[in-house]
Amino acid sequence: MNTALLYSLVGIGLFSLGLYALIVHAHLLRKILAINVMGSGVFLLLIALAKRTATPLPDAVPHAMVITGIVVTVAATALALTLMVRVAMENHRAELSDQSQE
Amino acid sequence: MVPSSEIPWGALLILLPLAAAILCFVWPKLAVVTGVVTMLLLTLAVGGFAWQLQREGLYQHAVGGWETPLGIGLYGDGLSLLMLAMTVLVGLAITLYARSYFNQKQARVFWPLWLLLLAALNALFLSADIFNLYITLEMVGLAAVALVALKGGRDALNGAMRYLLATLLGSLTYLLGVALLYHSYGTVDLVLLAERIDNSPVVWAALGLMGAGLLLKTALFPLHFWLPAAHASAPAPISALLSALLVKASFYIFLRLWLVLFAPLGGDVALLLGLLGAVAILWGSWQALRQTRLKLLVAYSTVAQIGYLFVAFPLAAAAGAMLWNGVSYLMLSHALAKAAMFLAAGNLLLFGGHDRIAELDRAVQRLPISTAAFALAGVSIMGVPPSGGFIGKWLLLEAAIEQGYWLLAAVMVVGGLLASAYIFKVVGYAFTRSTATPEPQSIPMGMEWAALLLAIASILLGFTAPWVFALLGIGDPFGGGAP
Amino acid sequence: MNESVWLPLLVIASSLIPGVIIFALAERRVKLRTTLNLCGALLKMALVGAMLWGVYHGQHYEVRLALLPQLELVLRADALSLLFVTLSSVLWLVTTVYAIGYLEGSPNRSRFFGFFSLCVTATVGLALAGNLITFLIFYELLTLATYPLIMHRGTEASRRAGKIYLRYTMAGGALLLVAIIWLYTLSGTLEFTPQGFLDGIDEQHHPALIIIFVLLIAGLGVKAALVPLHGWLPEAMVAPAPVSALLHAVAVVKAGAFGIIRVVYDVFGVDFATLLGVTGPLVIVAAITIVYGSLRALFQDDLKRRLAYSTVSQVAYITLGVAIAGPIAAVGGMVHLVHQGLMKITLFFCAGNLAETLGIHKVSEMNGVGRRMPWTMAAFTVGVFGMIGAPPVAGFISKWYLGMGALEMDQGWLILVLAASSLLNAAYFLPILYAAWFCEPSGPWPEERNFGRKETAWALLLPPVVTALLALAVGLLALAPFTPLAWVEFVVQREFVP
Repeated sequence: MNTALLYSLVGIGLFSLGLYALIVHAHLLRKILAINVMGSGVFLLLIALAKRTATPLPDAVPHAMVITGIVVTVAATALALTLMVRVAMENHRAELSDQSQE
Repeated sequence: MVPSSEIPWGALLILLPLAAAILCFVWPKLAVVTGVVTMLLLTLAVGGFAWQLQREGLYQHAVGGWETPLGIGLYGDGLSLLMLAMTVLVGLAITLYARSYFNQKQARVFWPLWLLLLAALNALFLSADIFNLYITLEMVGLAAVALVALKGGRDALNGAMRYLLATLLGSLTYLLGVALLYHSYGTVDLVLLAERIDNSPVVWAALGLMGAGLLLKTALFPLHFWLPAAHASAPAPISALLSALLVKASFYIFLRLWLVLFAPLGGDVALLLGLLGAVAILWGSWQALRQTRLKLLVAYSTVAQIGYLFVAFPLAAAAGAMLWNGVSYLMLSHALAKAAMFLAAGNLLLFGGHDRIAELDRAVQRLPISTAAFALAGVSIMGVPPSGGFIGKWLLLEAAIEQGYWLLAAVMVVGGLLASAYIFKVVGYAFTRSTATPEPQSIPMGMEWAALLLAIASILLGFTAPWVFALLGIGDPFGGGAP
Repeated sequence: MNESVWLPLLVIASSLIPGVIIFALAERRVKLRTTLNLCGALLKMALVGAMLWGVYHGQHYEVRLALLPQLELVLRADALSLLFVTLSSVLWLVTTVYAIGYLEGSPNRSRFFGFFSLCVTATVGLALAGNLITFLIFYELLTLATYPLIMHRGTEASRRAGKIYLRYTMAGGALLLVAIIWLYTLSGTLEFTPQGFLDGIDEQHHPALIIIFVLLIAGLGVKAALVPLHGWLPEAMVAPAPVSALLHAVAVVKAGAFGIIRVVYDVFGVDFATLLGVTGPLVIVAAITIVYGSLRALFQDDLKRRLAYSTVSQVAYITLGVAIAGPIAAVGGMVHLVHQGLMKITLFFCAGNLAETLGIHKVSEMNGVGRRMPWTMAAFTVGVFGMIGAPPVAGFISKWYLGMGALEMDQGWLILVLAASSLLNAAYFLPILYAAWFCEPSGPWPEERNFGRKETAWALLLPPVVTALLALAVGLLALAPFTPLAWVEFVVQREFVP
């Protein structure tokens, strides 16, 4: 088993773990963390797969993608956290509520 | 003066709203003016882009001179043009509506986000590589979430949070698929991918992931769970743009991927999509009929109408380009009609102070323009002639009957009947005798006319099909030659 | 572009444009609204007159507008469509006058007249339709435009009626849509052609064509109120009188009947339909409808409901005439399209007058009404004799041709159906006449309004008198040139001469 494959598998593992957590946990912070774990999984996979050729130099394109992806994830996480605080204030707990106002 | 053929209309479509968004953000006092002017300029730009496309055919542009695979390529054909035109048409109405809808404090937040969303949407429709599509899709999603939460309140915040989680899950799943595809073929460019793609397990996994992510964002049954809450709880103009444009954006990516990557691979997948679409039509329509709140009714109607778009997939292999024309047309008319419905529903809600359908009669009778807008848009949603919805449905039904897919044909017809049931459930209140009470408040004319003009446009689409199909054929997006 | 293109468009626009303007008018602009209505109606009459003149002299009127790459919206004036267009435009004018009088002072008149004009637009459009898709477009438009008219009063009963009407007609429209698309996938064209366009189709598709025929007739039969699809019609009687008159004499039921004529003659063709064996069952359905409608009418006390069941029965005459598939019966059926229109609209106008002037809604309240409203009841009497088929009123001509046509095609048993129907007509109409003319009023009228020395308002009185006179005239002068009968014979030649 080469390293690239190992990292890829770990990446996919992280993604699945995050997905599981996203579904089972009700607390919003845990959900947001789960999304972040999923994102890290994908980025790990991208980095690992960057070494797809036999040449010693890895492919630069996936690296660029990961950097862009991280920027997006940071922005999304910031938005999610702000929203979570507002939701927690409205619902009096950091969970989604099913009932509508009326 | 640069001759208009040399103006980079495509780039302007993205840069203009982006710059305007920043301007609005820095200079909130000018927000409304900037928003309106930008929208008008965008209309002009889409016109210019259409003209350019018609003269020169396919639009291709390497951003900053960096060629693909390393750089970012812009790409536009007839399908992109249709989506851009749809965005501008709905955008004009939403701009007109939002001008009066938001108070000053909300407007400071609304205009920058709305312009940002427009920039992201236009960029999405002009992108042709799967990673760039991810970025634009994520931008669209984040701007939309912020807009849903804009007015605050418990329903809206919960709806926004739910929407955010769904949209992030969708785009990460999509990104995982992108990673796998890049690994296999070393490119993210759609055209290059189409040349290199073959039938291997990794490809299947990649396409499955990307498809699932996009279908979640498109809210195809059974992945529609987040949609009704988010679409119904947002402020009216936001609901309109969510249902009219955002759902279409992810569907557009799915369609693009399908046309160049998936279609050669999966006949059974097509059948599965068709069946899900059929269930979506029945389930969405039935739920819409059961709702007691107007905005939820309209939101479930969107779930059903998305079903129609997917019913086309199993028919496409044999029916060819004309069927995709029908799907595009259905998409366009649904966008206009559904936006009109949400705007009209917003007026009724604002006037009556609630959106309980059973108590709507007073509002419905005092706002004849909004009610007319709702009814006319309803005609298009039902697929009754003359309307854009009818043209799209005709082409779909024709293909279904010709190929002997009687079940799908029956579902489409039943869906139309259910649609008429839930629309007339609302429109019927225009004809009761309500007790006359003094007017509590009036709705600004612009808000009523925004809804009505969109609805009229969705009816007029019934007469423009050959012309639109000719434009759609530019660059041959559906294969099989121009219609 | 010349007049042959513009004329059909103008005929449509002459009611569409006033309609749209009227929607936008404020409720109190009575004069402007009335002017628009009447000008539109008169203009349409004049345009139709010009078109009649042109078609009679061999002029060809046609407009085409592409809807889809291979499908067009076609408006074409041929002899058959002009029969229906003329009927609609004449009766529109009369009904407009009536409606202006009838609705005086009531709320939501702008809305009413707006949809009223749309209804006429749809009727004229489907009369002029040159192919099935155009027909479908106007057929559905008619559904949507009549719904608000049925709901106009806004009572619980009218909401119920509106709901029932929608259920029937939307389902009918859906069947029609499926049938038309299916037909299109088999034939590749939808253009109305004399003697049909389907006989060239491969024999293996014949079973499919039979199903398509059934679907088409079911879709059209909803509006034509063929039993068992007639349920909406008696319910729709809650609408104001001008609407009932329009629905029953001109717009909705006739649209269905006209569609059946088109399908049998210009889509399938009489010979091909007979070859498929679909005309026989259609004859039976029509015969059942004729007898059933008359029987039900016998037991209605509500005057308008009695008239409604009578319509169910009478409109089936048209279907019967078409389904017998012989030239003479065809003349009888098609001429009944006009004759029944004139007679039934008279009866509904009279019923409206009784309700509006005296508050009479029930047959049992009509004792002695002939003395209070002699002109109205005279018109009513003419209509009744026409319905029974007594000479010289128009209805006699239709029945005569239908009977002769049935004999010509060796379907003698239909004479019995016609006779039974006439007897039943007499049984449910003559007691009304007897009570009205020969009984003493049993007390004060339920809600009398005083019009001085006149029996009722001019706008209410003139229309029934005019239509009654027309019904008499087309019966008396049936053999003169330019009567409906003469025109129908001109139409039928085209279908049956090889």
